[in-house]
Amino acid sequence: MSEEKKESIESESQEKPTPKPTPTKKPTLEKVNLPEFEKGLADKIVEKFGEKTKVAFVKPDRVRINVSKENVHDVAEFIRDELNFDHAESVSGVDYPQDKEIEVVYHIGSYTDSSLARQILVLATRAPREENPIPGNDATRLPSLRDIFYSVEFHEREVFEMLGVYFEGHPDNRRLLLPEDWADLPPLRKDFAIKGR
Amino acid sequence: MSAKLPPGLALQKVDERIMTLNVGPQHPGSGHMRIIVQIDGDFIVACDPDPGYVHRGEEKMAEYRNYILNIPHLERPVIHDSCNVLYPYVLGVEELLGIEVPERAKYIRVIASELNRCIYIMYWLAIYGIFLGHSTMFMWPAGDRELLIDLMEKMSGARVTHAHFVPGGVRNDLPPNFEDVCLRQVNYFEKRIKEYAAVFYDNPILIARTEKTGILSRQDAIRLGTTGSVLRASGVDYDLRKKEPYDVYDELDFQTPVLKEGDSYARSKIPWLDMMESCRIIRNALAKMPKSGSVRVKLKPNPKGGDDSVYKRVESGRGSLGCYIVSDKKPEPYRLKLSVGSFRNLIALPYLLKGEKLGNMPSVYWSLNYWPVEADR
Repeated sequence: MSEEKKESIESESQEKPTPKPTPTKKPTLEKVNLPEFEKGLADKIVEKFGEKTKVAFVKPDRVRINVSKENVHDVAEFIRDELNFDHAESVSGVDYPQDKEIEVVYHIGSYTDSSLARQILVLATRAPREENPIPGNDATRLPSLRDIFYSVEFHEREVFEMLGVYFEGHPDNRRLLLPEDWADLPPLRKDFAIKGR
Repeated sequence: MSAKLPPGLALQKVDERIMTLNVGPQHPGSGHMRIIVQIDGDFIVACDPDPGYVHRGEEKMAEYRNYILNIPHLERPVIHDSCNVLYPYVLGVEELLGIEVPERAKYIRVIASELNRCIYIMYWLAIYGIFLGHSTMFMWPAGDRELLIDLMEKMSGARVTHAHFVPGGVRNDLPPNFEDVCLRQVNYFEKRIKEYAAVFYDNPILIARTEKTGILSRQDAIRLGTTGSVLRASGVDYDLRKKEPYDVYDELDFQTPVLKEGDSYARSKIPWLDMMESCRIIRNALAKMPKSGSVRVKLKPNPKGGDDSVYKRVESGRGSLGCYIVSDKKPEPYRLKLSVGSFRNLIALPYLLKGEKLGNMPSVYWSLNYWPVEADR
């Protein structure tokens, strides 16, 4: 009896949710009128750098700018000096093997400017990805932003060891969390597989 | 020869006067972490924190599990503050899936996260006490903490690692009579922590050991990107509960304590002042909470996000905690990154210890509100 019941419950639960995917459509409606303040921030960057930058999205409190690796240093300097952002909260690396690229994403915030307290500026750049990385000696290189935002120091060290991105100009490119003699692939790359998965 | 070695194994020059000392990773004072200090006599010349002894690859694990299965393991970094660690993840998934959370669930979340904040701070305070050789300050918080753990057990069924927050609300509604018990316990708890002033915070020995040690100026606190109690002890009024209110924090009445000194004493005092405000928030939330209603939105069996990314952050016991989720229309996140307060505050340690006496190292280190397991993830 219990098996029959289970089956009936399962078939119900699989059928039920299909007719109501409406909530996912809500955000697309709101995107039509972009938030004013955030759009202003994005416009300032586009005005200065033009074609070199691409605004990926403008959401409430979040603006994302995609930059090529040649220009990321200049854009970061502009963000600090002209837009009053003063620290990086997080630096994350994302591996895209199908594009043969690794993306590094900086989440930048501000403590000093109270009008920016809610804002996070997302600055993303990409480096070419090599199949067999030799940390420090391959082409997966990006300019370090440590001289602009001091707070990225440990975050960039983490991205270096976890994804094998070498930051040029970083004063201390050593491993942080992994053992010094780690000889495998950088573990957050997609081709590093967990055993049994 | 050093040119051939990988960057991590480069040889170092040593000086005759300078001695290199390893503190940890088994040292009771450092937690699961090694601090390599170089000392000249009694003074620290350089310090190199070496975390990673409890690195468990939470971020990698998250890529193999769907949004619901990720809940229990993501709260492991700080089991005493598990609701706050989970909070940004849950908020992020809700934004990805476009879920609106019921009003009563929002209040329950705020109450649970404030209870967790107090539970974490009490544990931190107990260890801070034993660091400074103050045994009473170990016993008292460890005992009084049980009051709030009992409340969390009533609410979620588990003393620690509650896994109580889920995308769409909270797992269970409050048990009957919870409001009265909670109010009584929290009032008593507040009375107890006020007594800590006499035994600990006004204690001349504590003041002599922590005042004017490890001073972090306002400019440096901002430049180094510190967060939470470290930032607020240096005179920057930045608390996400006020600056970027999530759930119902904008409807509640509370303040965020700020001190200007920036020394170890101020950094150890801010969490204690925070707990008083937490009690206020809990009382306020209990009064304003809708008395009945749904606490959870049912999700589809295997929810999928769009082709999108979100970055959500909350104020945890150790400062701002951000969660960056990249979704690629699959039930599992493509990439999940936790930007934790402990990791961000760690950068201040070499900076503060330079020129400090070796004997002041434990108090400076623990005043950074550092939790090794969280920093390693």
